[in-house]
Amino acid sequence: MINWSNFISQCFNGLVLGALLALISSGLTIIYGTLGVLNLAHGAMFMLGGYAGWLTYTYTNSFIAAVVAGSLFVMIVGIVMERVIIRYFYTRPYEDQLLVTFGLGIVFVETVRFFFGSLSKAVPAPPPLIGITSLGFMYYPTYRLALLGIVAAALLALYLVLYRTRIGMIVRAGIEDSVMVDSLGIDVYKVFMLVFGIGAMAAGFAGIVNAPVVSIAPDVGESILVQTFVVVVIGGVGSFPGAVLGGLIAGEIISITSMFNPGYSYVMLFVAMTLVLVLRPYGLLGTAGRE
Amino acid sequence: MLRQRPFIVEVLTAAALIAAPFVLPYLGFTPATVNRILVWGLFGIGFDILFGFTGLLSFGQSAFFGTGGMVAAYLLTMVNFPYVTTSLFIGMIAAGVIGYLVGLIALRRTGIYFAMITVAIAEVFFFVEFNPLSAYTGGENGLPGVPAPTLPLGFTTINFDSDASLYAFLAFWYFAGLVIALRIVRSPVGAVLRAIRDNPLRAAAVGHNIHSYKLTAFVIAAAYAGFAGGLLGIMQGFMPPDAFTFDTSGQLVMQTAIGGAGTLFGPLVGAAVWLYLSDFLQTTLHLGAAWKLVLGLVFVLLVCFLRRGIVGGFQDLYRLAIQLAVHGPAVKAEPKAAAPAADMTAEEEQKATHAALAKAPAAEPMPALSRKADASAGPILEATGLTKRYGGLVANSDIAFSVKHGECRGIIGPNGAGKTTFFKMLTCEIEPTSGRIVFDGRDITGKSVTDVCQLGLTKSYQVNQLFTRLTVRENVTISALAELRGKFRLDMFRQLPKIAGLAEQVERTLALVDLTDRADIPVAALAYGEKRRLEIGLALASSPSLLLLDEPLAGMSPRERVEMVALLKSIGQGRTMIIIDHDMGSLFELVERVTVLQEGRVLVEGTPEEIKSNKAVQEAYLGGVLEA
Repeated sequence: MINWSNFISQCFNGLVLGALLALISSGLTIIYGTLGVLNLAHGAMFMLGGYAGWLTYTYTNSFIAAVVAGSLFVMIVGIVMERVIIRYFYTRPYEDQLLVTFGLGIVFVETVRFFFGSLSKAVPAPPPLIGITSLGFMYYPTYRLALLGIVAAALLALYLVLYRTRIGMIVRAGIEDSVMVDSLGIDVYKVFMLVFGIGAMAAGFAGIVNAPVVSIAPDVGESILVQTFVVVVIGGVGSFPGAVLGGLIAGEIISITSMFNPGYSYVMLFVAMTLVLVLRPYGLLGTAGRE
Repeated sequence: MLRQRPFIVEVLTAAALIAAPFVLPYLGFTPATVNRILVWGLFGIGFDILFGFTGLLSFGQSAFFGTGGMVAAYLLTMVNFPYVTTSLFIGMIAAGVIGYLVGLIALRRTGIYFAMITVAIAEVFFFVEFNPLSAYTGGENGLPGVPAPTLPLGFTTINFDSDASLYAFLAFWYFAGLVIALRIVRSPVGAVLRAIRDNPLRAAAVGHNIHSYKLTAFVIAAAYAGFAGGLLGIMQGFMPPDAFTFDTSGQLVMQTAIGGAGTLFGPLVGAAVWLYLSDFLQTTLHLGAAWKLVLGLVFVLLVCFLRRGIVGGFQDLYRLAIQLAVHGPAVKAEPKAAAPAADMTAEEEQKATHAALAKAPAAEPMPALSRKADASAGPILEATGLTKRYGGLVANSDIAFSVKHGECRGIIGPNGAGKTTFFKMLTCEIEPTSGRIVFDGRDITGKSVTDVCQLGLTKSYQVNQLFTRLTVRENVTISALAELRGKFRLDMFRQLPKIAGLAEQVERTLALVDLTDRADIPVAALAYGEKRRLEIGLALASSPSLLLLDEPLAGMSPRERVEMVALLKSIGQGRTMIIIDHDMGSLFELVERVTVLQEGRVLVEGTPEEIKSNKAVQEAYLGGVLEA
C-alpha cells in the first residue's frame, strides 16, 4: 500500500531535483545549441560551483557570498576554458570536442581532489531556512522548499535573459544558425564566450545552492552529468523549454521510483529515455537537424 | 599500410608478444601490469573498430566489459561450470547480444546524442549490477574465487595460475583477437565502416545500409569487451564490480585516444602508457591520488596537439620518411593536370584544351547495369504531382516529369527554382509532401536513398561528398562494393581483392574519370577539378541505369568544363542521365531535351532549340533584370 504523505513528499523532492536538473541541463543545452560543443566537463562545473562556494563559506560564513562566489568562479572558469581551449576545437570533429572536454572534466575533478581530498564537505543552509515548514498537509524541510524557489527564480532569470534581451535574441538565433548570425555582422565568437560563461554559471550556481541538500565531493558531478544527458535527450538538444520539461520529468521519475526501490530509478529513467527515442527521436521539444 | 607483404603485421605482433615478458621488466613494468595491459588492449581493439574505424564514440563500453566478465565469473563461481575458456565465450556472446539490443536504441541517433545515450545506458547497467541483480553479481563485493584456466594436454595439465603463465594465456587471446580484427578491418565490411566514419551520408547514398553496418561494429565492440571482461576476472581471480563504472568507459576512451584511434594497436600502447604511468606516479614518485590529475593533463595535451595519438604519430612519421626516401624532399603530390601557367596565352590555352580533347577516351564506360530489360522504350522515371513544402515555403509544386530510357535530359532554372530539392526527392533523400515517383516500373516514393541506389538510381552532388580520409581508389571501391555486395552483407573475413569483378570495375571507373594516376592519393590532396571528377566517379562506380548530376560543371575553369562535357558524353552512352547546370552552352550541347523549372514549377519543356527561343524562359532569366 502506498503511503500517500510519503508519496507527496517524494513528488516534492522530485520537483526540487527536477528544477535543479532543468537548470543544469539548460546550461548544457544552450552551450551545445550555440557552439555545437557538448561539454562533458559540465558535471565538473557543478562540482566546482559547490567547492568554490564551500571555500567562500568557510571564510565568510555567509551563504549568499558563497552562492555569488560559486557562480562567478564557475563562470570565469567557463570563459577561460572557452578562450584558451574550446575555441580551437570549433573546427575540429565532434569526437575531439568530446575528448577534450572529458579530459578537462577529469583535470577539474582531480585538481579538487588534490587540494581538498575525497571526503565530502557540507555547506549548511542559511539559518532562517533551517528546520521544517508545515504546508498544511505535510511537513517539508524549509531549505528544500526555498531551493525550489531559488532554482525557479534562476530559471526565470535565464528565461528572461534568453527571451527578453538583445543578447538572448542573438543566442537563440545562434542556436538556429550560428553561421548566419556571424554573417549578420555580429561577433559570434564573443557571443560564444558569453554563452559558455552563462551555461557554466548555471551549473555552478546549481552546485552551490544544492550543497546544503547533498554534501559535495569531487565526483559529485558525475551522476549529475549522466542525469543531465538523459534530460537533454528527453527534452531535445538545444531547446531551453525542452531542458525544463525534461528536467522535471527526470526529477519526478527518479524520486518516485526511489520510493519503491532506489535501484530501479535509473532503469525507469532509461525506459523513459528509450520511449522518447522511439516515439520522438529528436526529443519532446527538439527539432531535427540539431545534432 | 604494408599491403605488399601479407601477414607482416601479424608476424611482428607475435614476435613482440613473445619478446615482451623478457624485455618489459627491464623497463619497469611488473608482470601484473603487463597482463593488465593485454586485457585493456584486447578490450580496446573492439572499441577501436567502433570508434577509430566507424567514427562512433561510445562512453558506455563498461556495460559490455562488465556483462561479459560477470557472466563468465558467475558461471565459474556460482554455477561451478568447469570450462574456463568456454565460459569466456559464453560471456562474450552475452555481451554481444546485449550490445545488439543496446545498439538498436543507441544507434537511433548519431554524434553527441549517441555518446550521451551510451553513457546513460552504461549507468543503468551499473545500477542494475549493484542493486536488483546483486544476488548474481555479488553487488559491491563482486565475485571472488574465479578459477585460473587450465589446458589439459593428455600427459600433463598446464595451470595458468602464475603471472608468467597467465601472460601466455592472455597473449594468446590478444593475438587471436588482433588477427581477427585485422581481417575485419581489411574486409569489405571494414572498408564500409571507414566510409561511414568519413561521410555517413554518402555511404548511404552509394547504396550501403549504414545502420546495419554500424550495428555490426557496435556488436563487434561489445563482443571484444565481453571477452576482455571475462579475462579480467580470470586474471585477478576476482570479478570486480567497478568494471561497470563510468571510469572504466572513460579510461578505455582515454587510452585509445592516447595510443591512437583507428590503428588497432593504439589501445594497447595507450594502456601501456596509462598503466605504466599510474604505477610509476604512485609507487616511484609517491604522488598518491594525484596520478590521475597528471594523466588527465597528459591526455588533454595529447588531444590538443597529437590528434592521432602515439601510434598515429609514428605512422605519420613513417610515411614522411618513406616519402622523403622515395621522392626526395618537397615532392608533394602534384596535380597531374597542372593548372595552366599564368603566362600562357589564350591561344596556347586553347591548343592545350584541344590536345586534351584529342586524347582518346581512356576507357569504355561501365555499362549501365541492366537490372531490368533495357529494351523497353517507355519512361525510366516518371514523377507525378511532386510537391515539397517546408512549412509555408513551397519548394516544389505539382511537378510532372518523365524521362525515357537512354535519354539525356537537362534541367535549368534560376537560382531558388527548386532544382536541387527536386533531385533530392527523386533520389529519395527527402520525402515529397505529396506526389509519386516511379522508377523503372517500381514505385519508389518513400523508399530510402540506399534502396533507390541499389535499384540503379544515383546522383552526383552539387557540393562534393567524398570520403575525405580515404584514397581515390578506396573511394571508388566503396561505391563499387555497394553494387557488387548489395546493401548489407557480413563478409567480415573476405579479402577485398578476392571479390570478383571489383578490381576491374574500380579500374574502369578510375580510367573513365581520368584519375588512374592519382588512385593512391588521399582525397584531401586532390585539386578541385579532380575532386569533381571523383564525385562523378563515385556515382558512376555503382553502375547506375539512371544518373542524376547536380551542377557537374559548377566552379570549373573553361578548360575543365570542356573535359567534363566530353566525359559526360562518354558516360551517357547506354545510360539515362539528368543534368542540372547553369552553363547552358555546355548543357545544350549535351542533352536532348530540357526542362525549365521556375519557382518550384515546370515552366516549359522542349528541345534545346525550342528552349532557346522560348519567350517565357527568356523572361524567367532576364525579366527580373530588365525590370530592375
